[in-house]
Amino acid sequence: MKYVNEYRDAKLVYGVIEEIRRTVTRPWVLMEICGGQTHAIVRHGIDQLLPPEIELVHGPGCPVCVTPLELIDKALTIAASPDVIFCSYGDMLRVPGSGRDLFSIKAQGGDVRVIYSPLDAVKLAQQNLDKQVVFFAIGFETTAPPNVMSILQAQRLGLTNYSILVSHVRVPPAIKAILSSPHNRVQGFLLAGHVSAVMGYWEYPPLVDEFKIPMVVTGFEPLDIVQGILKTVQLLEAGKVEVANAYSRAVNFDGNLPAQKTINQVFYECDRKWRGIGMIPMSGWGLRPEFDAFNAEKRFDVEAIHTQESPLCIAGQILQGLKKPHDCPAFGKECTTENPLGATMVSSEGACAAYYRYGRVELHQQVEQS
Amino acid sequence: MSEETVNIEGAVCAPPLPHSEQIVMGHGAGGRMSHQLIQKAFVSAFQNPALQAGDDAAMLQPVPGMQLSISTDAHVVTPLFFPGGDIGRLAVCGTVNDVAMLGAKPLYLTAGFILEEGLEMNTLQRVIASMQAAAQEAGVQIVAGDTKVVQKGKADGLYITTAGVGLIPVGTNIRGAQAKPGDVIILSGSIGDHGIAVLGARGELGFQSTIQSDVAPLNHLIEAMMNTSKNIHVLRDPTRGGLATTLNEIATQSSVGIMLDEKTLPVHPEVAAACEMLGFDPLYIANEGKLVAFVSREDVDAVLKTMKSTRYGEDAVIVGEVTAEPRRRVLLKTSSAVPV
Repeated sequence: MKYVNEYRDAKLVYGVIEEIRRTVTRPWVLMEICGGQTHAIVRHGIDQLLPPEIELVHGPGCPVCVTPLELIDKALTIAASPDVIFCSYGDMLRVPGSGRDLFSIKAQGGDVRVIYSPLDAVKLAQQNLDKQVVFFAIGFETTAPPNVMSILQAQRLGLTNYSILVSHVRVPPAIKAILSSPHNRVQGFLLAGHVSAVMGYWEYPPLVDEFKIPMVVTGFEPLDIVQGILKTVQLLEAGKVEVANAYSRAVNFDGNLPAQKTINQVFYECDRKWRGIGMIPMSGWGLRPEFDAFNAEKRFDVEAIHTQESPLCIAGQILQGLKKPHDCPAFGKECTTENPLGATMVSSEGACAAYYRYGRVELHQQVEQS
Repeated sequence: MSEETVNIEGAVCAPPLPHSEQIVMGHGAGGRMSHQLIQKAFVSAFQNPALQAGDDAAMLQPVPGMQLSISTDAHVVTPLFFPGGDIGRLAVCGTVNDVAMLGAKPLYLTAGFILEEGLEMNTLQRVIASMQAAAQEAGVQIVAGDTKVVQKGKADGLYITTAGVGLIPVGTNIRGAQAKPGDVIILSGSIGDHGIAVLGARGELGFQSTIQSDVAPLNHLIEAMMNTSKNIHVLRDPTRGGLATTLNEIATQSSVGIMLDEKTLPVHPEVAAACEMLGFDPLYIANEGKLVAFVSREDVDAVLKTMKSTRYGEDAVIVGEVTAEPRRRVLLKTSSAVPV
């Protein structure tokens, strides 16, 4: 596959890793923000190829993982309502709310559909005027443009039976929260390439100035990731504090300005609860009041649902990079991808799922034994 | 006698409509309509003496000393027709292949049809013709069958269940538990074609594709392989769940490790691109015309050569090997090895 295979070339990757080895002189802790990067790192064994001085900790960039239990309970209530077609991306179906999931709602007769684009949900609304079609709009900045487009399109079509349940989150406030924590160990960030393709990286210089820590926009293929790591290590070793771009084939400083404009037309910045972390000020997007007609929380009267998180799962600490998945006593035992206890094990972008799927259970046990 | 006298002789019921265009409930009621459907649609297509005898069961000759391989399968697919195949071809090939994976020569199939009221007769006939063509290609006979009709909305057009019987040559012991450390793993061709072709036919890819399902009967390929080597330990078709799931089953059954080499896995560029866009892994996508063979190292070259000379094995490649450790794990060699 063109533009993919080149960036998976093992020889090139080894070359960059050698360069990292030559550059590094002392220990550094880096965080990759995005769950997609976590999976690529573990799948390709990049963390094992790096010199021991470099520790990668995994960030909260998995939208499924950070969606609060409360919102999932709201989704389940809406999906179980009569005359509703509830649309979601596939990996949300198995995420348990308080005792049930979207799969069980579907088995009990709820009309739950997996779609690949919110515009498909708009189409469903057009075809089913006697039903309410609701799209579960979760995600970071990356998925915001199509989600807001679906609202604008529904408005243009005059649809009164389409709404979205919004739980959008934003990267910069999350980074600020992590860096503000007294437990923070992170010394450099790999910024999420897809998010930056939409948003650019103009939001990060103030954070870099405030916390004196370098950040590097990084892509998702193995070569992209090691180049992002190399750039971060070079900045750290040189004592430079700045934002750099190691993913210039997809990202520029300004980002996609028409997309940003459209997002701001429909969404406003608001406080948002992150699962396992708690409330982060101004870290989310909500629907502006003029789009109340498309707000599923208002339409279905679920604003009163409040849920407490389970105290057992340590996903919160994992999402903040304070613990590794195998630090959890349930990891690989009670909690597996077949029988997940928490969202970090369910989602295809979750750190626990990455560690479990790519065999870090045995690896960890072997290390313990040796 | 007045002219208004009722003429009893002249009173007739309107003749029942023949309903030759669509399936109606009467086609499953067991009466004349059922009989006509069976004769016209099924018996005439699947011509063979056992079926034509019209008994409740097919009477077949046993072969002394041979072991039987028996398998059954239920087929549900949307849409019924997809690029490269249809539910009929799928039903025949699926069971022929399952029977053949023990090293058996498949001989007979049975087929059960669950038809949804309102199904176009033409659709049913196309499916039946496709089944007959596949059966002929595989060299098997469809010797017994059954038909039921369910109300509209209670089924998705048409479901087929098939069962198959085959004979296992004396001395053959090809099974999932027979993989041995040192065995070399051969894959008969590209992976993921069927699953992506069906997704494309459903319109779920969001883009056009030219990918064809690989659905095919593999019994002739297997026969040729068995004529080449007596050291084939395992044969299996990586259908639903894909190659990764199949290899995990074998690793567990045989209590061995499996090391796959990612570089060698044949994936069509269109399939790779579709998987990349949708977040799928071709290793987990269904195939319907592929097999993996676990073969002793000394026979690999000969088996591979034989496979490459056949229609359904021309793209065969070595994709990995069996290891003693780690047991019951399938590892994929990327830049470093990861489990699949």
